[in-house]
Amino acid sequence: MNTSNAARLGLILLLAPLLVWLLALVILPHIDMLLISLRERVAPQVYERSFANYAEFFTEPLYWRTFARTAIMSISATALTLLIAFPVSYYIAKMLRGRLKGFLFLLCLVPFWVSELVRTFGWMILLRESGVISNVLQWTGLADGPVEMLYNDATIMVGLVYTSMLFMVVPLVTTLDSLEDSLVEAGYDLGGNGLTVLRTIIIPHAMPGIVSGCIVVFMLTLGNYLTPILLGGKSSMWFTAQIYTQFITRFNWELGAAFGFLLLALSSAIVWTGLKLSRQTLSESMG
Amino acid sequence: MKYTKGFNTIVKTISGVLVSTGLIAFSAGAQAETLRLLTWGGYAPEAVVNIFEAASGIEVEVTNSNNEEMISKLRATGGAGFDLVQPSQDRISSAQIEFDIYKPINLSKINSGLMISSMLEGTKKNTTVNGKVYGVPHVWGTSALTINTDKASGIKDYTDLCDPKYAGKVTYRLKRPTLIAFAFSMGMDPFAAYNDKAKYADIMAKVEAKLKDCKSNVKAYWSGGDALINLLRSEEVVAAMAWDGSGWKLSAENPKIQTIAPTSGALGWIDTFALPKKTKAEDAAYKWINFVMQPKIAAMITEAAGNFTASKGSDAFVEESKRKLYQATFPPAAIDNINWYPPVPAGLEEMEGKVMDRVQAAK
Amino acid sequence: MDLAKNNKSFDLECRDLRCNFGSFVAVDNVSFGVPEGDFFSILGPSGCGKTTILRMMAGFLEPTSGDILIKGKSVLNVPPNKRPVNMVFQHLALFPMMNVAENIAYGLIRQGVNKSDVSAKVNSALERIGLPGSGEKNIKQLSGGQQQRVAIARCLVLEPAALLLDEPLGALDLKLREHMKVELKKMQSQFDTTFVYITHDQSEALVMSNHVAVMNEGRFEQIGTPQDLYYNPNTAFVAGFVGESNRWHGRVDEVDATGIRVSTAEGVSFLAVPAGKERLAVGDAVDIFVRPESVVIAHDETRAHEMDNRLSGNVISVLFNGANSRALVREGRSGGELDVALPQTGEFSNLAVGQKVFLGWDQAQAKAFACPSGNNQGQGT
Ligand SMILES: Nc1ncnc2c1ncn2[C@@H]1O[C@H](COP(=O)(O)OP(=O)(O)OP(=O)(O)O)[C@@H](O)[C@H]1O
Ligand SMILES: [Mg+2]
Repeated sequence: MNTSNAARLGLILLLAPLLVWLLALVILPHIDMLLISLRERVAPQVYERSFANYAEFFTEPLYWRTFARTAIMSISATALTLLIAFPVSYYIAKMLRGRLKGFLFLLCLVPFWVSELVRTFGWMILLRESGVISNVLQWTGLADGPVEMLYNDATIMVGLVYTSMLFMVVPLVTTLDSLEDSLVEAGYDLGGNGLTVLRTIIIPHAMPGIVSGCIVVFMLTLGNYLTPILLGGKSSMWFTAQIYTQFITRFNWELGAAFGFLLLALSSAIVWTGLKLSRQTLSESMG
Repeated sequence: MKYTKGFNTIVKTISGVLVSTGLIAFSAGAQAETLRLLTWGGYAPEAVVNIFEAASGIEVEVTNSNNEEMISKLRATGGAGFDLVQPSQDRISSAQIEFDIYKPINLSKINSGLMISSMLEGTKKNTTVNGKVYGVPHVWGTSALTINTDKASGIKDYTDLCDPKYAGKVTYRLKRPTLIAFAFSMGMDPFAAYNDKAKYADIMAKVEAKLKDCKSNVKAYWSGGDALINLLRSEEVVAAMAWDGSGWKLSAENPKIQTIAPTSGALGWIDTFALPKKTKAEDAAYKWINFVMQPKIAAMITEAAGNFTASKGSDAFVEESKRKLYQATFPPAAIDNINWYPPVPAGLEEMEGKVMDRVQAAK
Repeated sequence: MDLAKNNKSFDLECRDLRCNFGSFVAVDNVSFGVPEGDFFSILGPSGCGKTTILRMMAGFLEPTSGDILIKGKSVLNVPPNKRPVNMVFQHLALFPMMNVAENIAYGLIRQGVNKSDVSAKVNSALERIGLPGSGEKNIKQLSGGQQQRVAIARCLVLEPAALLLDEPLGALDLKLREHMKVELKKMQSQFDTTFVYITHDQSEALVMSNHVAVMNEGRFEQIGTPQDLYYNPNTAFVAGFVGESNRWHGRVDEVDATGIRVSTAEGVSFLAVPAGKERLAVGDAVDIFVRPESVVIAHDETRAHEMDNRLSGNVISVLFNGANSRALVREGRSGGELDVALPQTGEFSNLAVGQKVFLGWDQAQAKAFACPSGNNQGQGT
């Protein structure tokens, strides 16, 4: 066997686990799911091919409303995360040097030292009626009685933004880091004020980071399960929770699988629209 | 790769169920003398497991779960991955008919002398499919009312939770026991309508209206034992439809919090032992059942789980204070008044699911 | 001419400008004025504080003390975007997210110029820099020299009081650099703007400038015309930094009306004159600088005889470069090396390595500067 054959064999051996992994863990389950979503239970252990599950989504207002709510909340959470993360990232990337920079960057990682469940419970301890913030407010006299900050959409938003922060900050810091200071200075030097420099130079430069950050945050938020359930109120619905319910508590895999594919399709459509609107391409932002 | 990662998270509920259970099945299936137990929190306390392992040489792997997850896990693998599971008795027959995930119990291997015979007979009857028995009883308990006697002494029945006096101060689950409990409390008998879908739908429509009405009273729907205990302990809520075991735990900390049997009757459940269709350690499973049903061991489980077992005579070994709480909740008349869950016929749960969806979506 | 004095209408003026970074003094009490239409260069080695001065003028750095005036008005409290000066950055800082025309239009739009005027001005600027019709091009499609011109045009369309250029040729290759020197000078006269030009390359400064300031360790050593700096350096640093020099270190033996006599540690003795305003006394340590073109080279002793200083040695290498050819000669007695310009007559076209030659120069061509550290060793350039 000659060396180029050996190299090729090596490459195949290296790639094999990845391919097996992709096939076994991603592609096969998806094909299985697709088949499940396309059948309808007619009697115990008897199924028929049908689109009934997909039809169900569009005919039952509850389901598409839940989806719309999830999508709108996710888009808002993404926008809010971007709004907060941008100045933070700019500060980390452009204003700080050396140790402090690394430290602040690390600070964004802190929430990930504990599991999502623990993080969410942390928020509950802080925000509940008998919780820390409520007590502090009463103690300082800012509130006369207990204040309930849990169980509403604003709380969900706080939880989602908090969880998503890192995924926005990392791509933003990376792209902003590569922005030469002299470009910003040139922007000012030629007569631009802070706003025009931000609009015409900094944001266009950071666009790939903004887009990839937004895609990741949007997808993570859309797929989040614990935060909306635990922090949300009585009426809080989340599409992934609906999928979970269909699969686990209703034993309705058919509908759950259909919902899963609808989520995949609809969220891809939203991302695609976002890319078109911002005139970016996926490969550019992810490259 | 980030892109795929994003999607992965979204569909992890989908593929995760399939794949992870499959992997567990692979890895755990290798050893012979292991008992893979899928059960509820507290049903296999470490102390009990240690004694059993020392006595039998069988290693026990405990996985905590709930009814729906147990069924879903077994369904995903066609009844593999575990050697012994503990679903509630009313959920066995429908799951067996629908998904064929259990193996009949060989009653000759069970030391039935250890069990309270009325419970054993009841469970056998309710878990029989095509003449074969699929479950024997283990732990039983009820869904009852847990109230803060200082602040909500007026609550006697489930529907009292909707009294405007307690607006924003009560909690219950948005699960099928709540639907059933409210139906009884509203003077209907949902169990009698189990086999009459139209009638059951009618009952559910009324319950749905009531729960929508009552929604403004609810602080939050509790979703797990911890959430429930936190809400009551912090006095953020003053009354709850709750598991009696959780209520008794709270009484031990704060005597003002007490568990009462509602006037329309507590809802009684029995968690069973059932064999997954592809169990790999059947003998070990029988050994475990006969071991934990011994009165002294069963008492240890009662301590850990908070609920009593079907083990004959184990009450005697349970701590005095626990027994007192139990007797306070259930004077003999209240015991007779318990509504035990009959097996759920297939199809009802879908109907109930939609009711709950609509209640949650209501403003 | 003394440019430090405020006696003329300066476009740009710095008074006692100082900038400290912590305890480090980057710019140390620098004063100068740039007359209207001037091409003013600041020349100095890397790290001497050139960029720091420029950034203070542009408004990106606050001076520790001192004042900056543009057209006679102090701009200390004016932010960079309001100062009527523009800067061409060391790496150009063209906006990659915009095309060529948008880059040039950027400043005009910020000034509120209306759309049709903007495109007219952009087009005329593109024409003047020899890039007509390239407005739609991406920055990356331009060559280095073209980018250079766009960066300058981008500033010049704004008609600034002065254009500040920070080593704009640094990134270009040698050939292009030579070409751009001429080009820059042409652009300056075309747009008729004051240029303040920073460089560490003395030839750039000498070729293009009307005035040059030589800077060292935060201080201005000398300000003057290129000729001034070359022929009448005020300090040893200027003499060494501007143009090539042969250099000796020694002590003053004698002082008289015509000059001084200096002897080196190797025992060679020279006649020299004190440079600039130097006052030298017997026993002072001095550095002597002699330009290569001041050294006369001869095959026999007779021609060198007329010179005040005479040496002989052997050629160790010939550096042929057409009109700028040189020879490197090892001096016989001290063993030091001398850089000698070869006359353009072709008389020495077949000079060979190892050949013995005679060297000489006039006393007036040897400039002596007091050397404060005293024990600097060194000969040659
Ligand atoms: N922000 C700063 N903080 C501390 N020291 C600085 C800072 N900026 C510059 N310096 C120091 O000031 C000195 C002058 O820097 P400056 O950039 O003005 O040099 P320069 O003459 O432009 O050099 P070059 O030709 O290499 O560009 C250098 O020693 C540099 O290290
Ligand atoms: Mg510099």
